[in-house]
Amino acid sequence: MTRRELLAMIGTVAGSAASYGAMTSLGLAAQSTYDGPIRLEGDPKGTSVLILGAGLAGMVAALELRNAGYKVKVLEYNDRAGGRNWSLRGGDVYTELGGATQKCEFDAGLYLNPGPWRIPYNHYGILDYCRRLGVTLEPFMQLNHNAYLHSTQAFGGKPQRYREIAADWAGQVAELLSKLTQQNRLDELVSEEDQEKLLASLQSWGALDRNYRYVPGRESSSRRGYKKQPGGGLSARPEFSTDIIGLSQILQSGLWRALSAASSLSHQNAIFQPVGGMGMIGEAFGRELDGLIEYKAKVVRIRQDSRRVTVTCVDAQTGQNPRSASADYCLCTIPLSILSQIEVNVNPKMQAAINAVPYWPSVKIGLQFKRRFWEQDEHIHGGITYTDLPIRNISYPSTDYYKPGKGVLLGAYIGGPDSYEFTAMTPEERIRKAVEYGAMIHPQYKTEFENGISVCWHRVPWTLGCAGGWTEESRAQHYDNLCQIDNRFLVAGEHASYIPAWQEGAVTSALDAVTRLHKKVHNS
Amino acid sequence: MNKICGPALALLMLASGAAPAAGEAPQGEKIYATVCQACHMAGGVGATGAGSYPALANNPRLAAKQYPLMLVINGSRAMPGFARMLSAEQIADVVNYVRTHFGNGYTDTVTPAEVRALLPQAKTGE
Repeated sequence: MTRRELLAMIGTVAGSAASYGAMTSLGLAAQSTYDGPIRLEGDPKGTSVLILGAGLAGMVAALELRNAGYKVKVLEYNDRAGGRNWSLRGGDVYTELGGATQKCEFDAGLYLNPGPWRIPYNHYGILDYCRRLGVTLEPFMQLNHNAYLHSTQAFGGKPQRYREIAADWAGQVAELLSKLTQQNRLDELVSEEDQEKLLASLQSWGALDRNYRYVPGRESSSRRGYKKQPGGGLSARPEFSTDIIGLSQILQSGLWRALSAASSLSHQNAIFQPVGGMGMIGEAFGRELDGLIEYKAKVVRIRQDSRRVTVTCVDAQTGQNPRSASADYCLCTIPLSILSQIEVNVNPKMQAAINAVPYWPSVKIGLQFKRRFWEQDEHIHGGITYTDLPIRNISYPSTDYYKPGKGVLLGAYIGGPDSYEFTAMTPEERIRKAVEYGAMIHPQYKTEFENGISVCWHRVPWTLGCAGGWTEESRAQHYDNLCQIDNRFLVAGEHASYIPAWQEGAVTSALDAVTRLHKKVHNS
Repeated sequence: MNKICGPALALLMLASGAAPAAGEAPQGEKIYATVCQACHMAGGVGATGAGSYPALANNPRLAAKQYPLMLVINGSRAMPGFARMLSAEQIADVVNYVRTHFGNGYTDTVTPAEVRALLPQAKTGE
């Protein structure tokens, strides 16, 4: 038994959907509760707040509290602002837990977003901070009909265009429903007047011909593509596509699983990314809060009494030079994976909540190629190819289309059992495997690959995982206890939100926390 | 249908094929190298950053087999539970592996039946 087979087996034990599960569960996010910039009105009476963590939650809180007149200081483990809002660019050096160090060798202008990489239109909070901080946004190509769906178990392992699978699946489902309608088999479910409209809508949705059939012709070719595209001049006569893929073959292939990937509220159009990398947001916050953030400070103890909160920290690299900072209140955005290991005197219910949340695995790998072959050879401009290979996703850059020179792909975005296997490898092994798997979809990998970098979130020294893994049960039992103000201490972050793993969760959590804190200060 | 049959089939295959073929590493070692090692590192040495992954090497807390067993099944704090990802046989194998390697010499073993008795009920209903 090979390691690959072993992991495949684990995936099967966990249920066929489990490998996708961790990833798609990130997409269950609700619409944002953000309602415009908050107003913390009234005198904060000289109150000081110590904020732990300079990720988005901590910096949103710091910015708003500072603007409201609070005395604010932020302690941050890293030597940069942003936390999981992060881009790796050429020259950056990243050392993971265990000591493996990678130097990013990307050319100028190319980057990998190891953490968040897209912002849906309905995440109003983070988008408004982009506006306020002057971070330029551009469209993120979530859905590209010309990217691939790929299964090692179907079509002889040959990748299929999303366009063809989507059109043929919808067309044949629409034809089926049309037949049932015309055979009066939906009479008990659909009224006579609705049936007429239903047929018309199925014809429109499924690209059916005038007889409600999905067959080779103008309608189906306008969706799945032509055998020969219409053009201009004498040689321009179009030829319709004749190789519709049968419904059974599509169903058995499993490729339909990825058809809904861009349907959830948090993946629908429009969806954005900052120009130059997601890290532009954290960097802009860092500049805005210049002088308020102490970097390379590792928090080791949080102690509150009836009057103050005192936080002890040491140098992040050496563990030396213990020192303390104190304030009237402490807003802690440290991930629960870390906070659960830090001595803090909070009430038992809050401590139980801090201890109740495991952290998800996730892996991202960026690969640099000598040329943008996906555009030049395959006409794929942005978007995502989905595969059952352990790399799960190949995502093409949503920027700089047709630019000559090199390009960086997201060569793997992995959750679930496979991400443990990749995390357990050395960085060199991960890149080698990502290139080996990717070459099964794009043979150009073999000649065009140059270098790569990987981030496995369980090995990130300052998070020990990608995001808080709440379940319905743990949330029911612990969530409210986590979010309460305990005397002079409260938490914020994606882990204190109903939008886990999304930046909007961090932003709205921080705004909710500072609003409640301000009310408490004002009423005290 | 696949979703319902998959786990049961895989468990059957495991039950009949649990013994490694000649020349193959035992299953416990493979599970460690592809799952546990992600955080606890090669050799079980653990790691420390802003927080820590405890070392499993030379760890006296592994003396009572229930302790690692409960951790693997249910998780603890940041550590996820693996009851839904690994089979009872795999959990038993990896716990036995860790308790007999990396400087640990605890030879009393965990059986799959003992694991099953501790698994959350939801496991069978998946």
